[in-house]
Amino acid sequence: MGVEGIGASVVRKEDKRFITGKGRYVDDVKLPGMTYAHFIRSPHAHAKVKGIDASAALKLPGVVAVLNGKQIVDDKVGNLICGWAITSKDGSPMKMGAWPAMAPETVRFVGQAVAVVIAESKNLARDAAEAVVVDYEELPAVANVTEAIKAGAPQLHPEAPGNQIYDWVIGDENAVNDAFSKAANVVKLDVTNNRLAPNPMEPRSAVADYNEAEEHFTLYTTSQNPHVARLVLSAFYNIAPEHKLRVIAPDVGGGFGSKIYIYPEEMVALWASKKVGRPVKWTGDRTEAFLTDAHGRDHVTHAEMAFDANNKILGFRVKTYANFGAYMSLFSSAVPTYLYATLLSGQYDVPAIHAEVIAVYTNTTPVDAYRGAGRPEASYLIERMMETAARQLKVDPAALRKTNFITQFPHQTPVIMAYDIGDFNASLDAAMKAIDYAGFAGRKAQAKAQGKLRGIGVSCYIEACGIAPSKAVGSLGAGVGLWESAEVRVNPVGTIEVLTGSHSHGQGHETVFAQLISDRLGIPISQVSIVHGDTDKVQFGMGTYGSRSAAVGLTAILKAVEKVESKAKKIAAHALEASEADIVIENGEFKVTGTDKAIALPMVALAAYTAHNLPDGMEPGLKESAFYDPSNFTFPAGAYICELEVDPGTGKTSFVNFVAADDFGRLINPMIVEGQVHGGLAQGIGQALLEHAVYDANGQPITASFMDYTMPRADDLPSFKLSHTTTLCPGNPLGIKGCGEAGAIGASAAVINAITDAIGKNNLEMPATPDRVWRTIHAA
Amino acid sequence: MYQTTYHRASSVDEAAALFAKGSEAKYLSGGQTLLPVMKQRLASPSDVIDLAKIKELIGIDASGDTLTIKAATPHYDVATSDAAKKAIPAVAYLASLIGDPAVRYRGTIGGSLANNDPAADYPAATLALGATIKTNKRSIAADDYFKGLFATALEDGEIITAVSFPVPVKAGYAKFPHPASRFALTGVFVAQTKAGDVRVAVTGASQSGVMRVAAIEAALKANWAASAIDSVSIPSSGLLSDLHGSADYRANLIKVMAQRAVTAAG
Repeated sequence: MGVEGIGASVVRKEDKRFITGKGRYVDDVKLPGMTYAHFIRSPHAHAKVKGIDASAALKLPGVVAVLNGKQIVDDKVGNLICGWAITSKDGSPMKMGAWPAMAPETVRFVGQAVAVVIAESKNLARDAAEAVVVDYEELPAVANVTEAIKAGAPQLHPEAPGNQIYDWVIGDENAVNDAFSKAANVVKLDVTNNRLAPNPMEPRSAVADYNEAEEHFTLYTTSQNPHVARLVLSAFYNIAPEHKLRVIAPDVGGGFGSKIYIYPEEMVALWASKKVGRPVKWTGDRTEAFLTDAHGRDHVTHAEMAFDANNKILGFRVKTYANFGAYMSLFSSAVPTYLYATLLSGQYDVPAIHAEVIAVYTNTTPVDAYRGAGRPEASYLIERMMETAARQLKVDPAALRKTNFITQFPHQTPVIMAYDIGDFNASLDAAMKAIDYAGFAGRKAQAKAQGKLRGIGVSCYIEACGIAPSKAVGSLGAGVGLWESAEVRVNPVGTIEVLTGSHSHGQGHETVFAQLISDRLGIPISQVSIVHGDTDKVQFGMGTYGSRSAAVGLTAILKAVEKVESKAKKIAAHALEASEADIVIENGEFKVTGTDKAIALPMVALAAYTAHNLPDGMEPGLKESAFYDPSNFTFPAGAYICELEVDPGTGKTSFVNFVAADDFGRLINPMIVEGQVHGGLAQGIGQALLEHAVYDANGQPITASFMDYTMPRADDLPSFKLSHTTTLCPGNPLGIKGCGEAGAIGASAAVINAITDAIGKNNLEMPATPDRVWRTIHAA
Repeated sequence: MYQTTYHRASSVDEAAALFAKGSEAKYLSGGQTLLPVMKQRLASPSDVIDLAKIKELIGIDASGDTLTIKAATPHYDVATSDAAKKAIPAVAYLASLIGDPAVRYRGTIGGSLANNDPAADYPAATLALGATIKTNKRSIAADDYFKGLFATALEDGEIITAVSFPVPVKAGYAKFPHPASRFALTGVFVAQTKAGDVRVAVTGASQSGVMRVAAIEAALKANWAASAIDSVSIPSSGLLSDLHGSADYRANLIKVMAQRAVTAAG
């Protein structure tokens, strides 16, 4: 490793521009003649749109147009799609209700757009929106999954009777029934996984620009995957053929999954820019983010685990109801199925698993992948179950886990996943040592003497990242491949541009990806630029989500740079009159091994581009590309232990210590990994203690601002103690597993296990607000 | 935000005159409530009259038995004021708990009391200490000032100029913050006055805004000790109930926070 190569904690190249306010986000884009969009949104959770009267609004100053859902349907803009087909246990396909970009007839959640005002300024558009009269006929609404599946519940979509989208199963039901019939003990648990609002710092934004002469659109948008956006806008929404649509995702201020999807507002901006013949900008405010960014989680689950007399797990039975909200978002169907139920073996040797997942429509904001996406729900369920089992079986929770850990790899679980490698004992041991697990009983007694309830909670998570290979996900219903592409361009003077299909919206790709080039070619990262986020620059790519960009995106770059090296070595060997096999790359030079003969990278590059003296038959230039499709998922895993105190008078939780021992495989930039873990833990702890997107019985959101929705703040969080126990991923040449979601996946169970340990009562739902904890302590 | 006309007043008299001229004028102090409400288009004042730069409205003075905080003094100044910390440390402490640093640099005591948010901190200190609210027209006793949620004894156009707190024998404040907004989910200010009274005021908990709690006052008058509140029963009727705090939880917090305030008061 060089000072800027793999394994070096290099300071992030991109931070200077972010910290000094020089980032260029979508809302910074200003085009000549640009107009501004403001959406008119339903105040009702469920209603018929009887009429929209824009006549007064159209007379107001600065109003360019008022467009509605009927017009977008008449113009044959496609309905929003869900890109992963799930088949119910009876063999029927999932039942998807139509989702037009603006509602022509029926609104099904508060915040759904029915019309848009286009005006000369945002404020004029808002003024005009207030003058648009929408005549609604209110319909009964249902917000909660348990109510929505009842007979007689309000029905959302004619396509989905009983509000049921699918009833999907995985695993061997008979084997599980056998296991339970032999069980010495059965442990039962009901858990709710609370709905979350993603809240990236930057709200969504779109600037659409139609060039009539070229019949060409440009869309600047807050996207985690601009190529996927172009593909979907082109192939399904009929906006324009791909070569007539350029999608640019410039600096993007956080996504956490919520910016994977192509939302109605982007579609409307594109369509409207052609309608009015001028560029259209829409930037959402925080309220719109709460109302329309896809939410996360929202499961209700009953689970049972069977144990033998030696406390070995025999079987696991799970039934989950997943609240999808009012429409099926782009990848919603995959989240509680292939991203959730396939992880239900956790870190444990579970011989038999059967899970049933019922997806349900409600009159709420659509739900889709949010940091972790299905895996936090799985990990939370398993780790709450293990803790509950330890209490019921009266064994130490860490010991129960160790009794059941998978120790031989590769390991085929009963739910598709084949774990390639790991060392679960190593990470749990490291975490137990870091928190002095053995000394906890003494600390608990001390705290009790001071009137505090102290608890400790363990969470051993595993996740599947770098979703792949494409052939496998295709067979499971995915509508896209999940490979990644890269191009490495060596310029004639030896500087390098790396074009990647991954997209950085806070992850630090501009630094991390350059570190690989630095490592391979021995040049400083300052000579490397990372180009991403523009469909006109990068050929294609699948974007960034699911902790995939290092394991998949960076490996694609490695494949491309290997090709560059191979060609460069041929050029160097030719110039140095040596054998290609004798050329080594050191410190930016191509050397003949064992000699002092060398040629620097810029000279090799120049030779490639002047083409005056290349080996016979060699094409000029030094630019290579690669597509990389992994052979398997990667399986980051680890152990988190949380120690905390509960104030019995107020129910308030205070952290004493929080330790993490993660196995992410090889780390490229440990400092950035540390930041990823901190952020993930903050979101996991946020889910456990603070965050909850809540609707009343009529589908009115009651947490649509930061006055009511509790975002984690620095003083809500402990100072984390991180460590790593590493097994290199055998599935990719760099041995990378991914680190982006682990904290959000593993943290919440550690917190709830610790609180329930502290208060001596096992039933406690997230978020464990002081009121809830106090009530649980004092419940009969 | 709707169109409005902004005025920066240089004196209280000028501010009052501007107010009288406006059709639907609003005074702006720290802007911590008015500006967000205007941004959400929930308020559309014709004129906004900024009081925050009026020199005669800024400053802290402790003399004799009184701590006087002028109305446009920001919370940060109160929290860090040596005079306030010496005269009534519980008031300086209370100011240090309001919002976050950005709020404390802008928000003012006059703005807080004029707005009378039912979960604001200052009303608790004002009522418990029996402070006097001074305006450009008169002096109003705290007991006569608070009139329920966002309602006060202020007349249209009347400007708070200062708040005078009598220095107590002992005082303490304990706040349980709302997890999201960091307003008081329940905050309790306890004071033992030089006249021998005990006054206890609670913010954040009641459907009627800041309130005194006679049962706790009586218990503390008999015995100034946290344990004296053990046997007090706080009914949950009339208390706020929402996602972050049910009425019975708030009833519990009134008791627990009162005990902690007594302990803090010493």
